[in-house]
Amino acid sequence: MEARSDLLVEEPQKLDAFKGVKKVTVEEYFGSGHRTCQGCESALVMKLMIKAAGPRTVVLGSTGCMYVANTTYYTTPWVVPFMHTQLGSSGSAALGTAAGLKALMRKGKMKEEAINVIAFCGDGGGLDMGLSAISATLMHPQYNLLILCYDNESYANTDIQASGGSPWGVNTTFTPPGKKHRIMQTRWKKNMVGMLAAGHPECRYVATVCASYALDMMNKVRKALSIGGPTFIHSLDPCPKGWDYDPLYSHELGELAIETGIFPLYEIEDRKLKYYGKTKKIVERRLKRKPVRDYLLRQGRFAHFIDEDIDYFQKKTDEMWEKWVLPGVIPIHPEEMGK
Amino acid sequence: MAVQAAAQSTVGKSGADDREMLISGCEAIAHACRLADIDVVTAYPIRPYDTLMQMISKMIADGDLDADYIVAESEHSQFEIVKHASAVGARVFVGSSGVGWFYAMEALAVTAGLRLPVVAVVGNRALDDPGAFGCEHNDALAVRDLGWMLTWVDVVQEAFDIALIAFRVAEDPRVFLPCALGLDGAFLTHSQSLVRVPSKEKVDQFLKPYDRGSKLLHPDNPITIAPQVNEDWLIEIRRQSDEAMKRSKGVIEDAYRDFNRIFGRNYSPFLEEYMTDDADVVLVGQGTLALPVKVTVRKLREKGKKVGFVRLKWFRPFPTEEVQDCLKKFKVVGIIDRDYSYGSPYSGGILYNEFRSALYDLPTRPKVYGFICGLGGREVTIDGVTEMINMMLETAKSNKVDREVVWIGVRE
Repeated sequence: MEARSDLLVEEPQKLDAFKGVKKVTVEEYFGSGHRTCQGCESALVMKLMIKAAGPRTVVLGSTGCMYVANTTYYTTPWVVPFMHTQLGSSGSAALGTAAGLKALMRKGKMKEEAINVIAFCGDGGGLDMGLSAISATLMHPQYNLLILCYDNESYANTDIQASGGSPWGVNTTFTPPGKKHRIMQTRWKKNMVGMLAAGHPECRYVATVCASYALDMMNKVRKALSIGGPTFIHSLDPCPKGWDYDPLYSHELGELAIETGIFPLYEIEDRKLKYYGKTKKIVERRLKRKPVRDYLLRQGRFAHFIDEDIDYFQKKTDEMWEKWVLPGVIPIHPEEMGK
Repeated sequence: MAVQAAAQSTVGKSGADDREMLISGCEAIAHACRLADIDVVTAYPIRPYDTLMQMISKMIADGDLDADYIVAESEHSQFEIVKHASAVGARVFVGSSGVGWFYAMEALAVTAGLRLPVVAVVGNRALDDPGAFGCEHNDALAVRDLGWMLTWVDVVQEAFDIALIAFRVAEDPRVFLPCALGLDGAFLTHSQSLVRVPSKEKVDQFLKPYDRGSKLLHPDNPITIAPQVNEDWLIEIRRQSDEAMKRSKGVIEDAYRDFNRIFGRNYSPFLEEYMTDDADVVLVGQGTLALPVKVTVRKLREKGKKVGFVRLKWFRPFPTEEVQDCLKKFKVVGIIDRDYSYGSPYSGGILYNEFRSALYDLPTRPKVYGFICGLGGREVTIDGVTEMINMMLETAKSNKVDREVVWIGVRE
């Protein structure tokens, strides 16, 4: 008996990369009718995500900004079918939707067609509560789906509380600096994509993106939807409200996160790691990382940092590039491997 | 062991007439799912419901059932997955027990709120600590206010039959509410009896395909489901669910009428009365405790005692009028709870207080006892039931209730 054959899927949609910004389609599937904040990078991520995916797509959105601020009853910016799912359910929502469509098509109860299934979650829904369901979903090779995590580094919809995606030392409403403790957020940001890649050897595609690099972002979405099986994309989204900066600078802060090496851009496709853009140049030592100070001090959420904190942040970031076995991806130090 | 049992009882595909099979409650429902041609089913292990999923997985492996079968990593995911599959038009089935059902509680709440016709089995189980897994009804009863229809089963044949009825009622567009089937853990999930399993042709006559209609989530019907709502609209949406639950009563009655006709049964939808003619006192309960109660009633009838039993089949929708019409005839009514509700009125069980409320508007009300028994899967014995009935017979004479709620069979 041929292993797995009867379980594997029909072909996913084939979405070739946009070759240059002028080749990007003009149709919008995330329109007006939402009330996200000025300068909201996550709203841009939604717009680019669905532009890349196209109209034959079902979107599931777990609780968070991109649910609450987007779909207020009697309005919707979604031109494609959209359904809310629970905070920890992005993985299960994608899986259930894909399974339902697949069963109905196989059994002749629905017209056969490759339909994209995308579930999104924030950092709270993805890195914290939904991690278990995302992990489980990435283990099912027979379902074509994408889980996209828009990470604005806090529970931004509920008043900016710390999440597993919040950076070390940050001022959030759950980790406020005080007279006795300057640093309440003692946790280093969770390394989501590296963890998912290491933990799910059969998952064919995981990637990081930042909407400051829009074309790269859209093409990774298209690749994730075309490759087959469950896939995951992690997007770093500057958030004027949570990060405390002028909405004018969302794009620039996204660039700085990459240029300082705090957030790397890469993909792992069929277990092959490929760095992108300025991250690639950093890894190849063709570009010197900007100091993290340039990024941190642009944001009110780090205004309480003293030099000592910035130095610590710099040291930890340096480790990502100088000590990790796969720079920016896997936090294991190679010198310890042979012992 | 359970898988072996499942393998032995896999059915053949031919034959237009009913087949008799020796199967358990869980196996009976697996056969109902097969005949209902479910599309998506999710599993997660917890005793005692999980033999059902062992059976379904074997049916799928053998090619007797074509469904997408997902082994989830938790009950929360298990119930969320079928919720979303239901939204794209798939007929879905799921189940759990005890604290597993509670782990899925968030999903249970929104499944009802979204009006998705998920059908679930609850193999009733105590809520763990201190480490118990015998039968109690508190697990399934916890969703009684949320828009889940709830039914409790007595025998294996009824488990099979009511599973088909559940799909039909839940998926009726006038209802579109989820439905949970309470199967007493061990007593029904694991005990076998002979069951008449009908042909696919007969089942197809009774159960039409699930059609989500204008609510289907699909690129051809690009709707937004569950946009975030505030005080401006939520109460109207809650009211719609309330109306759907009220409508479900008539839909259940219709379903039973068709079911009796097609399958040759003689069910009444909401209540089963046993030896209630001329009775002065009757016990009321749900689930498998019907057996020891019926045996006791029969024995006492032989001694000339005017006693009877009424079994409640649907807890939601609660059949208020039927309960009133039935129970107004008696002098004393004893409500048996295989559940608890600490701090409730008279510290009675959940059924006790629901029945008392239903009887309140009767011009002449029977005296009402609450009996709490059988918790943690402890057997409900003939001695225990006799003790209840003797108390009620005493009250029938004296017209006095000394203790409203009595725990039966407890070491004090």
